[in-house]
Amino acid sequence: MTMKRLMFMLPLLVFMVLSIYFAVGLTKDPSKLPSMLINQPIPEFALGPIKGRDKGLSDKDLKGEVTLVNFWGSWCVACKYEHPFLMKLKKEGLVPIHGVDWREVKPDDGPDWLKEHGDPYTLIGDDPKSKAAIAFGVYGAPETFVIDAAGAIRYKYVGPMSREVWDETIWPIIQKLKK
Amino acid sequence: MITEIGHFALVLALFVAVVQAGLPLVGAHRGNASWMAVAAPAALAQFLLVAVAFGGLTHAYMTSDFSVFNVAGNSHSAKPMLYKITGVWGNHEGSMLLWVLILSMFGSAVAAFGRNLPPGLRARVLGVQALIAVGLLLFILLTSNPFIRVVPPPVDGQGMNPLLQDPGLALHPPFLYLGYVGFSIAFSFAVAALLEGRVDAAWARWVRPWTMAAWAFLTLGIGIGSWWAYYELGWGGWWFWDPVENASFIPWLSGTALLHSAIVVEKRDTMKAWTIFLAIVTFALSLLGTFLVRSGVLTSVHAFASDPARGVFILILLIIIAGGSLALFAMRGPALRSTGLFQPISREGGLLLNNLLMSTAAAVVLLGTLYPLFLDAIGGPKVSVGAPFFNSVFFPIMMPMAAAMAVGPMLAWKRGDLLAAMKRLWAAFALMLAAVLAAWAAHADGPPIGLLGMGLAAWLFAGTLSEFCEKVRLFKAPFPESLTRMARLPRSSWGMTTAHLGLAVAIVGMTGAGSWKVESIQTMKAGDKAVVSGYEYTFNGVREVEGPNYFSTVGSFSVARDGREITTLSAEKRVYPVRNMPTTEAAIYSTLLGDLYAVVGDPDESGDGRYVTRLYFNPMVIWMWAGGLIMVFGACLSLTDRRYRIGAPLRRRQVAAAEA
Repeated sequence: MTMKRLMFMLPLLVFMVLSIYFAVGLTKDPSKLPSMLINQPIPEFALGPIKGRDKGLSDKDLKGEVTLVNFWGSWCVACKYEHPFLMKLKKEGLVPIHGVDWREVKPDDGPDWLKEHGDPYTLIGDDPKSKAAIAFGVYGAPETFVIDAAGAIRYKYVGPMSREVWDETIWPIIQKLKK
Repeated sequence: MITEIGHFALVLALFVAVVQAGLPLVGAHRGNASWMAVAAPAALAQFLLVAVAFGGLTHAYMTSDFSVFNVAGNSHSAKPMLYKITGVWGNHEGSMLLWVLILSMFGSAVAAFGRNLPPGLRARVLGVQALIAVGLLLFILLTSNPFIRVVPPPVDGQGMNPLLQDPGLALHPPFLYLGYVGFSIAFSFAVAALLEGRVDAAWARWVRPWTMAAWAFLTLGIGIGSWWAYYELGWGGWWFWDPVENASFIPWLSGTALLHSAIVVEKRDTMKAWTIFLAIVTFALSLLGTFLVRSGVLTSVHAFASDPARGVFILILLIIIAGGSLALFAMRGPALRSTGLFQPISREGGLLLNNLLMSTAAAVVLLGTLYPLFLDAIGGPKVSVGAPFFNSVFFPIMMPMAAAMAVGPMLAWKRGDLLAAMKRLWAAFALMLAAVLAAWAAHADGPPIGLLGMGLAAWLFAGTLSEFCEKVRLFKAPFPESLTRMARLPRSSWGMTTAHLGLAVAIVGMTGAGSWKVESIQTMKAGDKAVVSGYEYTFNGVREVEGPNYFSTVGSFSVARDGREITTLSAEKRVYPVRNMPTTEAAIYSTLLGDLYAVVGDPDESGDGRYVTRLYFNPMVIWMWAGGLIMVFGACLSLTDRRYRIGAPLRRRQVAAAEA
């Protein structure tokens, strides 16, 4: 009988645990960078190139000027949504956009995707094993980091960027950093 | 002024809901008939008031009253009238109002059609329904009020996300909500049954049509949503395992399980606690879907403007509604007595297997959707779960399900004979082999799952037909006798056969489009040709077209096969100046064998008039939506079964009273 009672309690217990996770999830604003990473030098990393390119991406490439680092993957739906905007940014040439091709299953997936949708990236690092993604604390793709000339992370945007976000938030930050 | 009337009506609706929740529930507990009698008129009044509120907001949208903050933020005077109206629910506040409108509509439907319900049960069902309404009305009035004015009013509105200006979107959310919210009735019945301490065949018979209707709406809503994604997003795909899509799919899975377990309660007086549990969980999952989309807890393409304050409110609501009902379940559930016993190999056993697989699938999709959240909360490595995870766990669960679906209906209640059932499925075996061979001949180099899928679809289709023939003794008895049997077959039986056939048809579409899609990306200038899957596309160049509130670049292709002209495809790329955002309108030509699908992209950078074009052949994809429609039609057939209208015969009601 007690066993049976326990079985009937189980859904409630599972739900209570779930609720705790939701509550914790709510307190964490995913668009806010963990404070320990803000204004810190980017973690050291060195990624190989994707197929069809000779050069990958490492922390040393991100020093000397203000850059954007965009995490994407051919499997990521929201990245497709963001992509036309990245192509426009590239045309405007305001700031170099580097890409991290994250968690591809096959080496051809990323390059094929870029062939199809256009390639806005100056440098691309291949990150099938999430090495850079973990170092940057990436939550999901797409995510975009603003990196200053000294190579410190200054801002992180979660989700697809749009013209609105760019004009209101990201571009003003970049302009300030460029001064 | 009309806006203020709407606002006022919404506040009044809250008060009516409080009364509707309080008096009938207390009255039912004390056995006070006049208090219980408040429930039905209150439910009707609540519906009318919410409808007035909804009408008020709709009026503000139709007249482009930009002094209403919600209208100014989401509409624009240059928008066509259709999208002014659909814009009412194209934003967070308005869609919540639609949610509550549907909730109160279902409540008033129970009040109007549930006259044959025992008064106590009816009072409790409507009381619980009103409790949900109180929570959601408070949510709207306190955190998401669509009637707030803005002073001074802006000259024009900010426009609506152009992706959402589409007939598909006009229909998608209302049907989705009719499904989500429809499950609230099953939930209210479940909580009422727990309060009463009684679940019997009659109870199941009252719950089933409501669940069936909600399920049919949800199926339709999900189908329209995937159709919209297919032609509007221009990626040639129709399902992306996006958190928001999953949010509607998880309740569909558990709702399907509920639909089937309620049959066992009605016919065999067993699996009661499980059915109650499913009814609670299905609605809780619908609420969870609302929570996930609007709280900003998970990121998604579809996300509404998210606001943590709203998230906190919905989370509290979720805890009260789901936590409260699960606590009630923990207290009262063990007292539910089942009388029917059955062997593992039996109709009940088959339905139980369906339930196990469906709920496992729901749990797995839920886990995959929430996984990033779990890891984030414990500070673990941050990951995102994509389509590869879902595909690799979901299909292995669904395949045995489709395989068992052909066998289950062949088995007798209580104790079935598996061997005899399999013997009667010889035709299905033959057709399955034929389908696998045919698929193999056509796509020998395709993935093995394609062959498996086609085989399963054929097996399910033929198995379902065999069961139908068996039931009416077609080809076994003289034909007139079979006809008489067909005429006597209950509508619900026709419904089952139709819905199962529909799933088989849908599996054909999913398998074809999922396994054998052909995709070709190239740059083309006018006159260039490209061959995709045997179809020759000639690019005729682009022209500029101006729409009511957008500019469009239209690229057209002449398509021929074996030298014979088939069709002309016109794909568009639109730019909506108000939001300065491009959208893709794919050109689609559907045939039974597959869709020709063309998208025109940006001009090539070389500047010599070349355009990036994407051409797809999506084999048999149309079968998927056809199958979905057939399933919905099956559910409608079941709904017309006459035993739902006349109610449950009283003599068969076995009172399983709770422990005193």
